[in-house]
Amino acid sequence: MTELPNSTDRKMGLVIDLDTCVGCHACVISCKGWNTENYGAPLSDQNPYGGDPSGTFLNRVHSYEVQPSPCSSQPNPAAQLIHFPKSCLHCEDAPCVTVCPTGASYKRAEDGIVLVNEDHCIGCGLCAWSCPYGARELDLAEGVMKKCTLCVDRIYNENLPEVDRIPSCVRTCPAGARHFGDLGDPESDVSKLVAERGGMDLMPEMGTKPVNKYLPPRPKDQIEDQIDILAPLLAPVAEEPQGFMGWLDKALDKLPGGAN
Amino acid sequence: MHPAPSVIIFTTLSGLGFGLLFFLGLGQPAVTGTVAFVFYAIAFGLACGGLLASTFHLGHPERAWRALTQWKSSWLSREGVCAVGALIVMGLYALGAVFMDSQWTLLGWIGAALSLATVFTTSMIYTQLKTIPRWNMELTPVMFLSFSLAGGALLAGAESLAPWLLVIAGAVQLAYWAKGDKALENSGTNIGTATGLGDRGAVRAFEPPHTGSNYLLREFVHVVGRKHAQKLRMIAFVLGFALPLLLILTPVEGVAIKHVFAALAVLSHLAGAATSRWLFFAQAEHVVGLYYGKR
Repeated sequence: MTELPNSTDRKMGLVIDLDTCVGCHACVISCKGWNTENYGAPLSDQNPYGGDPSGTFLNRVHSYEVQPSPCSSQPNPAAQLIHFPKSCLHCEDAPCVTVCPTGASYKRAEDGIVLVNEDHCIGCGLCAWSCPYGARELDLAEGVMKKCTLCVDRIYNENLPEVDRIPSCVRTCPAGARHFGDLGDPESDVSKLVAERGGMDLMPEMGTKPVNKYLPPRPKDQIEDQIDILAPLLAPVAEEPQGFMGWLDKALDKLPGGAN
Repeated sequence: MHPAPSVIIFTTLSGLGFGLLFFLGLGQPAVTGTVAFVFYAIAFGLACGGLLASTFHLGHPERAWRALTQWKSSWLSREGVCAVGALIVMGLYALGAVFMDSQWTLLGWIGAALSLATVFTTSMIYTQLKTIPRWNMELTPVMFLSFSLAGGALLAGAESLAPWLLVIAGAVQLAYWAKGDKALENSGTNIGTATGLGDRGAVRAFEPPHTGSNYLLREFVHVVGRKHAQKLRMIAFVLGFALPLLLILTPVEGVAIKHVFAALAVLSHLAGAATSRWLFFAQAEHVVGLYYGKR
C-alpha cells in the first residue's frame, strides 16, 4: 500500500559533507554502474554517443557558486564553489509514496528506505512530479520509475565482504564526503556527525522531513598578506648581469639605439 | 512543466465530457430516445476519449488497472475510481433514457455527483503538488470545476445557466492567472532553500550535473512556451469565454441558426479551454528547476 508507515524502526540514510566533496562525480559513475547491473531494470542511456546524449541517473552532482555579501571585515569576499551531490533523501513524509496510484512506490517500515516495485509501476511519472529534489527519473527504455535504493542489494548482502556492505556511492567516494548509517539512532556515527556539524535539510519548507542530511561547508581560511608562498624563492638572485653576460649587456648598450 | 498533449487532451476533453454527464444526470435536458443517444454519445466520447488519451503517456498502460487500488492515499487512484464509477452509473442511466424511455432520477443524481467528483479528483492530482506552487492553490480545483460546469452547460444547451457559468469560469480563470503569477515567489522556495546555502550568500548554479539534457529538465523545465504567455492568455480568454458568451446571447431567428451558433460556441470554448490548459502546464514552474538555476 502507498500509505506511509507511522514510524520506521531505523532511518537509514546518507550524510553528505559539502565541505569535503571535491566534485569528482565518482559517486555518480559507481551508482550508475552498480544499479545498472543489479536491483531492478538497468539505468538506460539514450543516444549515448550521439549529438544529444541523455540517460537515467540516481545520483547527480551539481556545482554552485556562493557569493557572500560584503561586510566591514570583508569588503570584497571571495565567491565559494560548492559541489553538491543529490540523490533520494528517503524522506520520512515522502510525497512520492502517497501520490502513487498503484502501490508500486513504498517506504519500508523496517529501515525507512523508499523503493519502487517495478512490476507494479505504470510509469505515470506522478511521483517524480511530487518530488522537490528531482530524485526520481523515469527510465525511457523500461518505462518504469527509477530511484536510489540506498543500495538495498548491498547493505544486507552477506555475499559481499563486510566493508562493501554500504551504498556504492559511499564506498567509492575518494574524499570521504559521503557517510551511511542510521539517522534514527542518536548514538550512531552519522547522527553524531550531523549534531556536531549542524547538518541541514534541503527545502525544509516542503514538509518532506528528509532523512539524508547535508553538512554545510566550513568557513574558508582568510589569508591576510602573503598569498604566494613560493614568490620569495623565485625572486631574481643577481640584479646586475656578471661575466660574459655583463660584457654582452654593455656592448649591446653601446650600439646605435642606446641603452634600455 | 512539459505540456504533454496527452494530459492536455485528457483534462480538456474529459472535463467537458463529465461536465455534460453532470447535467444529463440531473435531467438537463431531460432527453430520451435518439436525441438522448446523441447527447450520451458526445458525453461518453469526450469523457472516454480523454481518459484514453491519459494512458498514452504511461510507461506501462497495460498495468493501468492497478491505478484503481490506492484510493485511500492517492488522488490519481481516486480519480480512476470516480471515473469508472461515473461511467458505469451514467452508462446505466443512459440505457434507461435511450432504450426504455425512462429517467431513473436517483441513478442520475448519483451519476452526476460521481461525474463532478471525477473532475474534482482530477484537479486534486495537480493541486496536491507542493512542488509546483502555481498548482498548489485552492483556485485550481475551482478552475477545473468551473470550466467543466460551463462547458457542460454549453453542451447540454442549458440556456439560462450557461451564460452565468461562463462568466464565473472566466472570472476564476483571471483570478487563477493573477494569483498563479506570484505563487512561486510567495512559496518561499528558492535556490537558497533548495541548496541550504542561501544564508551564506547569493547562490548561483555554476555547473549542471551533465552537459546534456535529462528526464528532469525535459519533464519539469519548459521555458520555451512562456514567451507568448500573455498573447495565449488573451486567446484563451476570448475563445474560452467571451466569444461563446457572445454567440449564445446573440438573439437569432430560427432553430437551425441557433444550433449553428451553439455549436460554434462549444467549439470556441473547447479551443479556449485547451489553450488555457496548455498554459496551465507550460507556465507551471517545478521547484526542481531551481537546482538547475532555471524555472
